[in-house]
Amino acid sequence: MTFSSILIQLLNGLAAASSLFLVSAGLSLIFGVTRIVNFAHGSLYMLGLYGAYSLIELFGRTPLGFWSAVVLAALVVGLVGVLIELAVLRRIYRAPELFQLLATFAIVLIIKDIALFTWGAEDLVGPRAPGLSMAVEIMGKRVPAYDLLLIVIGPLVLAAIWLLLTRTRWGALVRAATQDREMVGALGVDQAKLFTSVFFVGAVLAGLGGALQIPREPANLELDLAVIADAFVVTVVGGLGSIGGAFLAAVIIGVAKAFCIGMGSVTWFGVEISFSKLTLVVEFLIMALVLVVRPYGLLGKPQAAQRVAAEPAPPFKVPSWGFALVWLALLVIVPWVTDRYAAILLTDIVCFALFSVSLHFIMGPAGMVSFGHAAYFGIGAYAAGLLLKRAGLPMEAALLIAPLIAGAFAIVYGWFCVRLSGVYLAMLTLAFAQISWSIVFQWDSVTGGSNGVFGVWPSPWLADKTVYYYLALALCGAGIAFLWRVMFSPFGYALRAGRDSPLRAEAIGIDLRRFQWAAFVLVGALAGLAGAVYAFSKGSISPSTISIAQSTDGLVMVLLGGVETLTGPVVGAAIFTWLRDVVARNTEFWRAVIGLVILLIVLLFPQGLVGGLKALVMRWREWPA
Amino acid sequence: MSSAVLQVEGLHKAFGGVQAVADVSFAVAAGEMLALIGPNGAGKSTCFNMLNGQLSPDAGIVRLEGRDIVGLRPRAIWRLGVGRTFQITATFASLSVRENVQMALYSHTGRLRSLVRRFGAAFRPEADALLEQVGMFDQADRVCGVLAYGDLKRVELAIALANQPRLLLMDEPTAGMAPKERVALMELTAQLARARNIAVLFTEHDMDVVFSQADRIIVLDRGQLIAGGTPEEVRSNPNVRAVYLGSVH
Amino acid sequence: MLEVRDLHAFYGRAHILHGVSLEARAGEVVALLGRNGAGKSTAMKAIMGLVPPAHGEVAFAGKRIDRLPPYRIARLGLGYVPEERRIFTELSVVENLEVGRQPARDGAPTWTEDKLFALFPNLANMRERPGGRMSGGEQQMLTIARTLMGNPRCVLLDEPSEGLAPIIVEQMANSIRALKGEGLCVLLSEQNLHFSQAVADRAYIIEKGQIRFGGSMAELTADASLREQYLSV
Repeated sequence: MTFSSILIQLLNGLAAASSLFLVSAGLSLIFGVTRIVNFAHGSLYMLGLYGAYSLIELFGRTPLGFWSAVVLAALVVGLVGVLIELAVLRRIYRAPELFQLLATFAIVLIIKDIALFTWGAEDLVGPRAPGLSMAVEIMGKRVPAYDLLLIVIGPLVLAAIWLLLTRTRWGALVRAATQDREMVGALGVDQAKLFTSVFFVGAVLAGLGGALQIPREPANLELDLAVIADAFVVTVVGGLGSIGGAFLAAVIIGVAKAFCIGMGSVTWFGVEISFSKLTLVVEFLIMALVLVVRPYGLLGKPQAAQRVAAEPAPPFKVPSWGFALVWLALLVIVPWVTDRYAAILLTDIVCFALFSVSLHFIMGPAGMVSFGHAAYFGIGAYAAGLLLKRAGLPMEAALLIAPLIAGAFAIVYGWFCVRLSGVYLAMLTLAFAQISWSIVFQWDSVTGGSNGVFGVWPSPWLADKTVYYYLALALCGAGIAFLWRVMFSPFGYALRAGRDSPLRAEAIGIDLRRFQWAAFVLVGALAGLAGAVYAFSKGSISPSTISIAQSTDGLVMVLLGGVETLTGPVVGAAIFTWLRDVVARNTEFWRAVIGLVILLIVLLFPQGLVGGLKALVMRWREWPA
Repeated sequence: MSSAVLQVEGLHKAFGGVQAVADVSFAVAAGEMLALIGPNGAGKSTCFNMLNGQLSPDAGIVRLEGRDIVGLRPRAIWRLGVGRTFQITATFASLSVRENVQMALYSHTGRLRSLVRRFGAAFRPEADALLEQVGMFDQADRVCGVLAYGDLKRVELAIALANQPRLLLMDEPTAGMAPKERVALMELTAQLARARNIAVLFTEHDMDVVFSQADRIIVLDRGQLIAGGTPEEVRSNPNVRAVYLGSVH
Repeated sequence: MLEVRDLHAFYGRAHILHGVSLEARAGEVVALLGRNGAGKSTAMKAIMGLVPPAHGEVAFAGKRIDRLPPYRIARLGLGYVPEERRIFTELSVVENLEVGRQPARDGAPTWTEDKLFALFPNLANMRERPGGRMSGGEQQMLTIARTLMGNPRCVLLDEPSEGLAPIIVEQMANSIRALKGEGLCVLLSEQNLHFSQAVADRAYIIEKGQIRFGGSMAELTADASLREQYLSV
């Protein structure tokens, strides 16, 4: 590389870093004060982009039209943020973290469908910035003038936020609340109003980040999750709650990615390395490195240990043999008496039941919330498909080796994950899942990219849908039974003990991290099994099996059924899979429906449907006659 | 001092230039109840956390039966025979009382890794015997999360005894308990300690408990030991009186 | 001004306050004495709404406040100075004061930065210094000044003399007398009997979450056995 091409890549990276910084700064600011990780922040970015597109169409492609559209789009997104805060988040500030994350994810789904309804599924390519569409020649290379403007805007916004935070009363309140919310309240400050205002500012930043990208990237419906995953990586690297850290991390990651793209394919010692394909891995490597050296990010501070006196989770009850046998018998008989479609739906249900039970294991007894569980499901599916199609293994072998590969990935991902807890952990699992998704999505030559893998059919003796259903029932049922058994083993008890009191676990000699790591690998392998079984039932694998949407489907299943019972996740998987099947056949906007269902659960039944119904029954009984 | 189970010499710890603990030395003998007292902010917790591995001292030696334990992690220190109870009880809330004790027994014998054996089956008699000793056998099947606070303290004591410790570290063992239960708990502790020849070091702010149960008392103020001796000696020490009653002049 | 009746409070699952009753009138300094762990801080927090009272009543300026959130209680003119000081370490002295600022209030002295710098001269020389880079004594001054910026009618001072050098303790005593001179009602919790004797008009003794004595400071001073039993070792 010549010096000039290095400079060009540097400029490219800095331009990309600007929007990334704006989104991450907003995310960080909101988290600092409210302690809520706003999943919908990527959606606000996406709305900013779509909003700017429409407003430019409305105002005309003049410099005035362009810039007023960008600013107005950001402000409108700010108001959307306020609406979200008032309508949803204000009600759940005291709810468990998991429910807050899930509620903001429901908002992601709803916004996605609103965008689909308003702007359609096609990518919308915005205009170039009027008056800035030319390129500037720097050292013999042409650099878009708009990129140079973006490079300037990043630091300008950083300076503006800094002034706002250090020169105004509002800024003093925000910084004080970031350190000690309770004390700020005791000094007479109404936190609710402060939170709303912080949400407005954070949302404006996300909206602005999106709107500014209109000349550089088309508005599309995939942006929400892509951006939030990037923003999570940036905030984890920079340190949650640190604006300066977000800027530093955005620049480092933006530049590193740009360099990878710029280097293209390089041959070293006869080996060709495609750096442009490494962009996502680079992001991952930077994050891994930072987390090992500084677990709280470059400029972050350790979170004050929160001693929340959580309600003790009740002990699980093992389903009795009679109960299990009745259900098993029903599951065996049903395809005999109904149509072929029932066997297909039931196959889906048993796959998702194992997926959901494995997720429940890691978040319930092990106490580690994963927002990226689909990584293992998807890796299992892809491993099965690729072993069959590319390695030419028999289907039976592929089916059995796939879970081991998913487990191997869990060894790597889990090593990082068990070092963190709470929201950091959730964000990291999500980032890993998104990275896995991106690799699958971009590695066309191996994974088939966006088309996926085709012709993943089971061996002839399993070709019949009903026969395959029995195989799925046997494998997934065995997986579920095994996980339930482990829950009552010394290993499972050690995990529960560590979740209940890490302090006490350490004080009686339990090396909690190793247990958690092993649990990660165990559930990773079983989720991989579910994915492999699922892949052969469909005959094809699409990247959606590894998507964040798949991860959150799992969360919804678990929470729908309730975390507090063993059978809850199975019931949740069944209801959810069936419901989605019904809804998706009747409306294109099934995501929004699911989002609304999640919001309802979170706001009305914080203990899940099974737990919520139990509580209702209890209340009914206690009612004086 | 060969009979000392715990021997502390010249312990120092500073936080950002503030000397939290300065040159603290003392020893606890087997079967002895030693109380560490002092006003708020005197450095008791810092001192305690350096003994149990939560903090590492800037300087000084901590010996457990002659072996230097500075720099070891809490779980390693536990394996050497140190049981702990916490100021705010730390038990496994979703496990039953018996399972809490079984967990400590499993860990003590290194048998927690099994994936298929049923947890409840092993160490039942051993756990029940410990619960009998602390008077919690009749509640063995109740979940810890629903116990009364005083009962949780007893469960903690049973857990702490599960690895046949040589030393018990008890941080504010009676904090949050009803006044009547406090002396009873510490009487029980003293009785068990003597019977099993365990050294006990505890911090405490209930003076009734301290003066009725401790064999010896050491007093910490602003990070330094200002007095030590029998309850009578400490009670009549003018420095101690000054620390507790304070001054403006 | 402040009236507490049969207050019970829990910290987590631990029952800390077992029915505390006390009162403080305008222009009066009242000391809540007790050894550490007796429940002084919890009583302060329960009055302020930071620990939700499980049972009992708290009235301030004739209004029930035991169900109100802390910010509403503060806006009624009850100031709280925590034991751990809880200075915003990354904010400068003037920014810390800014966070505490509230509109002027009828029937309570109005404080300005200048007036507070006159009361605590040390602070005047370090207006831009971050709270985290101040000594313990300076932080104690700042936390009181920050609460006074809310123009309270009554202040809860949790262990104002704790961990301070004797000379600073004396300054603190002078400052509290000055507050009384402004007509404020002050309820302070203390382990330091001599400090309390120097500033307080009346005293309560709390032990194991219960009030064991309530009376004038003179009565307490006269009763050696009371001191021995509840305050000394």
